[in-house]
Amino acid sequence: MSGPSTYQPQHPALKWLEARLPIIGLVHSSFIVFPNPRNLNYFWTFGGILAFMLVAQIATGVVLAMHYTAHVTLAFNSVEGIMRDVNSGWMLRYLHANGASMFFIAVYIHIFRGLYYGSYKSPREVLWILGMIIFLLMMATGFMGYVLPWGQMSFWGATVITNLFGAIPLVGGSIVTWLWGGFSVDNPTLNRFFALHYLLPFMIAGVVVLHIWALHIPGSNNPTGVSVKDKQDTLPFHPYFTVKDLLGIVVFLIVYSYFVFYMPNYMGHADNYIEANPLVTPAHIVPEWYFLPFYAILRSIPDKLAGVIAMFGAIAVLFVVPWLDTSKVRSANFRPLYRQFFWIWAVVAVGLGYIGAMPPEGGYLIAGRILTVYYFAHFLIILPLLGLFEKPKPLPASITESVLGHGGAAVTAGAPSAPQTK
Amino acid sequence: MAHSAAAQPTRRDFLYIATGAVGAVGLAATVWPFINQMNPDASALALASSEVDISSLKEGESVTVKWRGKPVVVRNRTAKEIADAKAAPLSDLKDPVARNANLPDDAPATDANRAATGKENWFVMVNVCTHLGCIPLGQEGEYNGWFCPCHGSVYDTAGRIRKGPAPENMAIPVYSFMTDTKIKIG
Amino acid sequence: MTMKTLSTKLAGLGLGVMLAVSALGAGAAIASEEGGESAQPTHFPILKPTLEPWSFAGLFGSYDTAQLQRGYQVYKEVCSSCHSMHLLSFRNLAQPGGPSFTEAQARTVAASYQVQDGPNDAGDMFERPGRLSDRFPSPFPNPQAAAAANNGKAPPDLSLMAKARAVERGFPWFVLDLFTQYEEGGPDYIHSLLTGYKEPPAGLQIPPGLHYNPHFLSGPAIAMPPPLSEGQVTYTDGTPQTVDQYSRDVSAFLMWAAEPHLDARKRAGFQVIIFLVVFAGLLYYTKRKIWSKVAH
Repeated sequence: MSGPSTYQPQHPALKWLEARLPIIGLVHSSFIVFPNPRNLNYFWTFGGILAFMLVAQIATGVVLAMHYTAHVTLAFNSVEGIMRDVNSGWMLRYLHANGASMFFIAVYIHIFRGLYYGSYKSPREVLWILGMIIFLLMMATGFMGYVLPWGQMSFWGATVITNLFGAIPLVGGSIVTWLWGGFSVDNPTLNRFFALHYLLPFMIAGVVVLHIWALHIPGSNNPTGVSVKDKQDTLPFHPYFTVKDLLGIVVFLIVYSYFVFYMPNYMGHADNYIEANPLVTPAHIVPEWYFLPFYAILRSIPDKLAGVIAMFGAIAVLFVVPWLDTSKVRSANFRPLYRQFFWIWAVVAVGLGYIGAMPPEGGYLIAGRILTVYYFAHFLIILPLLGLFEKPKPLPASITESVLGHGGAAVTAGAPSAPQTK
Repeated sequence: MAHSAAAQPTRRDFLYIATGAVGAVGLAATVWPFINQMNPDASALALASSEVDISSLKEGESVTVKWRGKPVVVRNRTAKEIADAKAAPLSDLKDPVARNANLPDDAPATDANRAATGKENWFVMVNVCTHLGCIPLGQEGEYNGWFCPCHGSVYDTAGRIRKGPAPENMAIPVYSFMTDTKIKIG
Repeated sequence: MTMKTLSTKLAGLGLGVMLAVSALGAGAAIASEEGGESAQPTHFPILKPTLEPWSFAGLFGSYDTAQLQRGYQVYKEVCSSCHSMHLLSFRNLAQPGGPSFTEAQARTVAASYQVQDGPNDAGDMFERPGRLSDRFPSPFPNPQAAAAANNGKAPPDLSLMAKARAVERGFPWFVLDLFTQYEEGGPDYIHSLLTGYKEPPAGLQIPPGLHYNPHFLSGPAIAMPPPLSEGQVTYTDGTPQTVDQYSRDVSAFLMWAAEPHLDARKRAGFQVIIFLVVFAGLLYYTKRKIWSKVAH
């Protein structure tokens, strides 16, 4: 994924394979010698963490599917069968359920990092849009996965979210019926959600390949936002970034394990341990935490269609960020005003999440409306204007200069330009 | 193994090897639950025994019960069937071992070792052909024992393979008489 | 900007906004946060559950076998006359990490129940003594029958009760819970509820057939009459035969019923995290070694 390979196989069998399918060369150029900016910080390990989480979710999901039954009379009990009887079943299910949350934690950090360091700017617009498509697919997958245990929150979450589509003028009702395969969320809905929940992760994997491909054309952005100018600015992917990413993954795994083994139901909702009952709505329907900011936006608007548009708009606006941001400078480290507005926005987004979990009444409703307006204003007003009025700090001439300080040319001799082989 | 920086190669190598080894151990420990989850779960293991009431079985009658998803035949054998089975010389048997889970692995395939201990008319057997798992028909074939319609294996009245492709006598499961009229299989 | 300053900044600002939003919300409607009983309660439960010390709390917590056995006795002699527990089997009573009855004891318990089986060769259903593989029998054949026999409200199944009820913790406790590893909200709620029956405050009308309980999650009054009374269940191990003790024991038993592999989970968790910390340490030094030759 980074142009012609420099890989020269030695063994005759490898030569034979490489002449027919240059797959080792592809891996070699993409993940061994691929040049990465040498100044990447640990926020850049979240790409590797996300790749790991996707694999972990698929692996645990496939084994759970071996024991799960997608039928309204059996789904809840089959999940409990996994929890009680299947060998290590409790662990596999907790890994998968908490894995979804950890996946979203990682993806939000990844997105925040992209926004902070301007990773979406030219020439990485397509990379950013592919990432947003992955984010959308993840939300669809997460939502449908939450329906599968067929608890009360599964059922009522599915009812509420599918009813959103009823807001579409003229065809809304037909679309909802089509989604349900009936006149309410029922067995056909559960069955198709299971099929799609199994399918979508593989589509995510496909878009991830495109995402990495699009990354490897311009290469990674970096904390200075200054483009790579020559070979001195970079280090080969292996061993420098493989070991760094692995360290990031293992530290992330410690947090993940803490949830799985000590707080496995913290991110879930108690009502989902009650089997779905189409005749009784829980007092307080809350989606999974990772949807809460969007849920807060939906609820803050007292009109069904407008609420749905605002909610989807909150995601859609992220797609066009590369064109809303008029500044030529990428990294917020060199944009004193944007840096402050970024943090305000980040706090607003977290605040929306908190409000999404609260009942829609009184002060929460007012706060939700204020934060919703600010969320959109950040992208639609502040970002375009900042680029026009902000005076950026002076940028370093190169990545190497930023790492070594001014006039650090003498030190560059020690920097290897090729991987250390061992 | 070309060391470019040779300051303290042994300590560095030790660190790399230790890290790699710990990682490998972790990977192996992670893989195990993913494999083991396919083994029978606790509810399947709990169903590992079945009870059969045999009070109504007259001579020459059988009953088939499901045990671990497989048919187990319990037969009250006729005097002729017992005599036929006893008359077969061990040297004629294709599989000389009893295949009785209640006896040692090397017990010879005599009729006494195949039938219930002390109750030679009672015969309990997993009615699954040892060739490829079909269900042989009872009281059929050359020996009037069992005959497998799939590939023509012929078993005698003690369920021992006599002709055809099957390699072993049909299996005798673990079982015991709870009372004179009740058998517990498994 | 280093990672450390970034993350502390983020954490600080995040806490700040939650405080601000909480204050805003609280100003409007959340009088119940402090939990006062009144004639017109608006938020439920009226009183938050009290936090009890459970043997299974914390990083090294595990079930108290004797307590689970007593809890099962309370369930069997009191709760089970109205509440089903359809996800549990008699074999579970003998499994490790649970009440740890011997297999023979569990077999005896099972055999003391008549379980419907069949159809037999004549096509009829019949009753036989229970076996280890049988589920706990339900007191009513279906939810409608359960409701009909109980004033129109079917007693809920108890298999998952300890995980299916949670009282909103609110800010900042929901953040602190992460660090104190608080996951005993279910048994705390059950214990508070079972011991929480009392006379309603003056002016609060309780409909006939309901019972005032300020700990009840979904209203001022609950359909279940006070189930426990002093000396109702005879303990053989000298444990006090009080309502409080019964309630603690049955709450612990229900936690086990909802989360039967908790002991194994916490044990495995400790091993996994120790392993990961060691591995992360090794990787940290490996990474430092590899990066030591280059400026970054």
